[in-house]
Amino acid sequence: MEHVDFSLVDWSRAQFALTAMYHWLFVPLTLGLSFIVAFMETLYVRTGDAEWKRITKFWMTLFGINFAIGVATGIILEFEFGTNWSNYSWFVGDIFGAPLAIEGIMAFFLESTFIAVMFFGWNKVSKKFHLLSTWLVAIGSNLSALWILVANGWMQNPVGMHFNPDMARNEMMNFWAVLFNPVAINKFLHTVLSAYILASVFVIGVSAWFLIKNREHLFAQKSMKVAAIFGLVASFLTMASGDSSARNMAKYQPMKFAVMENLYDGKNDASLTAFGLLQENTKVTDPQKHDFLFKIEIPYMLSFMAFHDPHAFVPGIHDFVNGNKEHGIISYKERSEKGKIAINALAEYKNAKKTGNENVENVALVKFRENYAHFGYGYYANRDFNELVPSVPITFYSFRIMVGLGFHFIALFFIVLYFQKKKKLETNRIVLYTALWTIPLAYLASELGWVVAEVGRQPWVIQDILPTIAAVSKINSSSVQLTFWLFFVLFTGLLIAEIRIMIAQIKKGPESEILENK
Amino acid sequence: MNNLKKNIVSVYQFYYQGFKSMTIGKKLWFVIIIKLIIIFIVLKIFFFPNFLKSNFKNDNERSNYVIKQLTK
Repeated sequence: MEHVDFSLVDWSRAQFALTAMYHWLFVPLTLGLSFIVAFMETLYVRTGDAEWKRITKFWMTLFGINFAIGVATGIILEFEFGTNWSNYSWFVGDIFGAPLAIEGIMAFFLESTFIAVMFFGWNKVSKKFHLLSTWLVAIGSNLSALWILVANGWMQNPVGMHFNPDMARNEMMNFWAVLFNPVAINKFLHTVLSAYILASVFVIGVSAWFLIKNREHLFAQKSMKVAAIFGLVASFLTMASGDSSARNMAKYQPMKFAVMENLYDGKNDASLTAFGLLQENTKVTDPQKHDFLFKIEIPYMLSFMAFHDPHAFVPGIHDFVNGNKEHGIISYKERSEKGKIAINALAEYKNAKKTGNENVENVALVKFRENYAHFGYGYYANRDFNELVPSVPITFYSFRIMVGLGFHFIALFFIVLYFQKKKKLETNRIVLYTALWTIPLAYLASELGWVVAEVGRQPWVIQDILPTIAAVSKINSSSVQLTFWLFFVLFTGLLIAEIRIMIAQIKKGPESEILENK
Repeated sequence: MNNLKKNIVSVYQFYYQGFKSMTIGKKLWFVIIIKLIIIFIVLKIFFFPNFLKSNFKNDNERSNYVIKQLTK
């Protein structure tokens, strides 16, 4: 792979990033609000208090708007796999297809069947059956996310498969290994829990708006209480899942971990940079000093985060690029040579198969299998190894802003509960305005989480096996550019439509009953 | 048979009445229908053909092509 059309690769990546990020603007609110609504309706059924029914219906309406506008925006990503990433789509075979098919059959039907009962079923089915439907919509939505994230987790840590060299496809050998892939499970938990935080912030922010406008005091106070408790629980669980994400990353994607920490030279007793300003973004293979303009460190924390041992060795970017024999890390040069052997062996195997030369076929297959773990590095045998290092500043800053905002949300949930208890929330304009303006920050944190996960794993589409330069379809980059702008216009239009419909509905307040029989 | 017919009618009535009584839902359905037309008709047909399906006849040809791409 001497010649690569970087314009094609970059536009294909940009288009995928754009559609994924726009899609993700709709998803977390659906995931989180579905559970908040289920809790509110449970309170209504248990207490019989009509105010809870009114509250449930209002948030259910906003859930419906978000669900309706966001539905099918993810399907575009699947179109892109087939058009822009055809080598990848073929290469992953049924590994990607199986979880997505299960998602379509099981979770989608679960949520789409019961969503009708949820919206149309008030006064037509029993209270308990309606409540059950609401819970099943919440569970169904979250199960959809599980299967998508299982597919994503496999790309970050490919397990449970076997590469079939005759068909050039990975075949699933162990469904349970794919499903219970530690990266996938952790990714699912971290993602849905963070979605619950976003939805909690949304409910608190909108409720704060009602209090600022001196409207719907009881409704706003009750909504805020449920959301703050839910958000607080979700925040602590997100922290726990984030902790195991860090350990998974250090184990399965150590380059991402090093990049996220701006750690060039590995060390024992490594400190965590709580915050810092990066000095410069030079080529990693240059022997220049890569440091910070300033930084605030937590001693031993990085070693502890990565391996639960404050003295453990945490490898840095240079350790992966140049290798570190003492710690058993082979260099990118060596990995690229092994990868090249695997690529050539695959070609030899295919030729021998065609000519019927069984001996050459068997030898090539053995060589291929021995080196398959390094397959993707083979594409960089004659390239600059800097291409194998993800963007340090984007990953480093995105992670810190996400974590910083996470602490801001925890503080907000505590403050809301504290002032509610003291009965001073309604008069505290600073808290109310902060709550309102935290809504966009929750979206920012959620998107940045994906930036860390996806930018941090570059250039791999499948970790260590398939890089973007090999995964992309050989199509015209101008057509990708055209569809990039088409999506930009389409999604921006949808976003504007959602925000306008949502704001109009919020302004009407909880008296309005829509999307269902009055 | 009668029971089945009754059930189908009641499910139909459930959805029919539900959709009929929507207020904001009408605006939403307009947005959804426009969106689905753009996604599944305009984008899928004119801009997003499946590269391997539209350029090769069978899986054998597709796999040969991908291997060639991966090993060149």
